[in-house]
Amino acid sequence: MADKTKSSTPNEVVNRRQFFAKLGLGSLSIAAAGTAAFAYQYLSPNVLFEPSPVVNVGKPDRYPLDSVTLDVTTGIYIIHSQEGYFSLSAVCTHLGCLTAWKPEENRIACPCHGSKFERTGVKTEGPAPKPLPWKFISINEDGDLLVDRSIDIPPLVPKSYVRV
Amino acid sequence: MAKTGMTKTAGQYFDDLRGTRVWRSIFRSGAGSSTLHRALTIQQNVFLHLFSTKVRTRMLSFSATWYLGTLTLGTFFILVATGIPLMFYYHPSVPQAYADTKDLQFVVSSGLFLRNLHRWSAHAMVFLVFAHMFKVFYRGAYRAPREFNWVIGVILLLITLLLSYTGYLLPWDQLAYWAITVGSNIASAVPIMGNKIRFLLLGGNTVNANALLRFYVLHCMILPLTAMFFIAIHFWRIRKDGGLYSHASEPATLRAKAASGTADPKADAKEAQ
Repeated sequence: MADKTKSSTPNEVVNRRQFFAKLGLGSLSIAAAGTAAFAYQYLSPNVLFEPSPVVNVGKPDRYPLDSVTLDVTTGIYIIHSQEGYFSLSAVCTHLGCLTAWKPEENRIACPCHGSKFERTGVKTEGPAPKPLPWKFISINEDGDLLVDRSIDIPPLVPKSYVRV
Repeated sequence: MAKTGMTKTAGQYFDDLRGTRVWRSIFRSGAGSSTLHRALTIQQNVFLHLFSTKVRTRMLSFSATWYLGTLTLGTFFILVATGIPLMFYYHPSVPQAYADTKDLQFVVSSGLFLRNLHRWSAHAMVFLVFAHMFKVFYRGAYRAPREFNWVIGVILLLITLLLSYTGYLLPWDQLAYWAITVGSNIASAVPIMGNKIRFLLLGGNTVNANALLRFYVLHCMILPLTAMFFIAIHFWRIRKDGGLYSHASEPATLRAKAASGTADPKADAKEAQ
């Protein structure tokens, strides 16, 4: 038998011991992959008890012209500019700290690592790699402004503003 | 001997105890203080057998290691001993975590002592781990045949930092919340799978109840057990890699050689590397 397995035929003959070793290792590998997939799925929650991404920020007349208003609990700015209303994420694009509006500097500033942004979200200073993203803003049938924090929209283009 | 055979000293009572069948069934090395007995005492103990049965006297001098590794282990033991009682009063849930931390500080008897001991030991452990690594590095003790133990040491450094980081969230105050927000965003900088890692770490998209519970389990179960596993390997490797490091050019080594006149050829071979 041993001589036969070492024969020079191109199709290598696998003896019984090698066959079962391969079968065993193969099934162990499949089981390991299955365990990894199982663990990954188990550790990824399917239901999250997190706040809805859509926020009702009230009537537009709450926000005077040329004002920047931070909503701390939802982490967004509502800005009423000459062009209309728009909403910015207040979460710093550097490492996720909550930024604040500094009217004396006319800038949005991050307390953690000193990034600064214009009221349009454009970065002017600091380690933040990206501007503050614009969030989708709309008006519902009751006349309330709605902001969807899960949707980014292109900044500074006419269709991104809401006019009342 | 001045005393008569009627009265026994405490030492003799202890020797009698060591001769009893029960004692001999637990500690097999038996009574006696010969070199063999002492070596067997170390070798036959499940905890002590990780260590060398014999150590060079000069390696026990303060200047050789500054005892930094042992001190790190000491802080780890303090952290386990204080952390477990803290778990009796701490609930890892959003409405209670902060209040429980306050209670530990102001209401629970000795809670302030235990919590502060835990906190200061944690700071000390991080400091001592770095000091230990610097000492090992500048003495060259990481070199062959101890390279792998250095690698184990780096893993232990990472576990120490992760323990420090996960413990930081548990008081659930502003400092903790933003530190974990920043830290988990750093984790999301990993290429391709960064956001998935952050999601798994926090158990969601925001630092919330799931994140608190996950960090609690990591801090109290997974990371300490992993640390103990690697600490055991780390200590066992000291023995397997030829004991505590000594270098031929060090004054303590030279003095010891001059005093004895003989040197262990095996140790010389290692020192020559």
